[in-house]
Amino acid sequence: MAALRSSASLLLGAASRPALRASAAVPAAVRGMAQVSDGQQQNMTASGDKPKLKTFQIYRWNPDTPTEKPKMQSYTLDLNKTGPMVLDALIRIKNELDPTLTFRRSCREGICGSCAMNINGTNTLACLCRIPPEDTAEMKIYPLPHTYVVKDLVPDLTQFYKQYKSIKPYLQRDTPAPDGKEYRQSRADRKKLDGLYECILCACCSTSCPSYWWNSEEYLGPAILLQSYRWLVDSRDEKTAQRKDALNNSMSLYRCHTILNCTRTCPKGLNPGLAIAQIKKEMAF
Amino acid sequence: MRLSGLQKEVLALYRQCIRECRKKPEANRKHFQAFARSEFDKNIKIDKRDFAAVEFLLRKGRRQLDMYSSPGVKDIK
Repeated sequence: MAALRSSASLLLGAASRPALRASAAVPAAVRGMAQVSDGQQQNMTASGDKPKLKTFQIYRWNPDTPTEKPKMQSYTLDLNKTGPMVLDALIRIKNELDPTLTFRRSCREGICGSCAMNINGTNTLACLCRIPPEDTAEMKIYPLPHTYVVKDLVPDLTQFYKQYKSIKPYLQRDTPAPDGKEYRQSRADRKKLDGLYECILCACCSTSCPSYWWNSEEYLGPAILLQSYRWLVDSRDEKTAQRKDALNNSMSLYRCHTILNCTRTCPKGLNPGLAIAQIKKEMAF
Repeated sequence: MRLSGLQKEVLALYRQCIRECRKKPEANRKHFQAFARSEFDKNIKIDKRDFAAVEFLLRKGRRQLDMYSSPGVKDIK
């Protein structure tokens, strides 16, 4: 409406000006009008369609009433008015239907890894998961499996972060750089880090691994092992032997039985299974 | 009365809380003890067979104990 009014006043203003200016202004105004009416038509078709209703079943549990059992709560949204991703739907539910719904989110573009959750049985990032547009079946949304739940869709990742800390995820070296400035690396060496450094530690892979479900206290899990490997292959790191020593026991690494759920679920398309296999290979020879 | 494993865990946590109080400055020790007791009293009515709830509260309690037992915490209201 505001756009319409401003273009109308533009026309009026043009009419009061000299003819030459006015004729010059008309095409612009026409173009402006065309855009406005285009937008209106789009709006008409979008809202003119019958509402595309979709039901979301979401896991709810409130720590303030620990004696109440967790339950599934259904919310129905009109997909015409919702963004394409599951996270858009969640945010809309929180804004409009139920402000008590709790979930983590930050970047909404798959960079932060906050919104990891179990959607229709697959661990993924809500911000990278499309709502299937033609499918009218209900979507089920759970927190990451086999994690302690803090509230609703928020998992307790303390143990996961503690394990990450235990692998010392930082550059360790004693010798200073030859030029006293930076630690240089050949292109080939840098290339080895591709497919490893992109990991955002969303914990989707670790929590999809049955081996990690049963041994999460001692087994490091695919995400952390991927990071381990990232530091093992780094040409600048000088503590490779110590890092390998730390992994050399029956639990930390060798609880991986190449189930490969990690590779299948990774929302960033990485391959933790391959990284773990590489570690095993390096340890063997 | 024989206690279940879970009940023993709860008692152990309570004992640990009271022990941690001794490491606090003497003037404020009473505050810590009262606080620990009140935290347990809040959920005293929970059924001993409601395992999920008791286990959650145990985890929460351990987390709280971890936090309050750090030497930086001197007093509690």
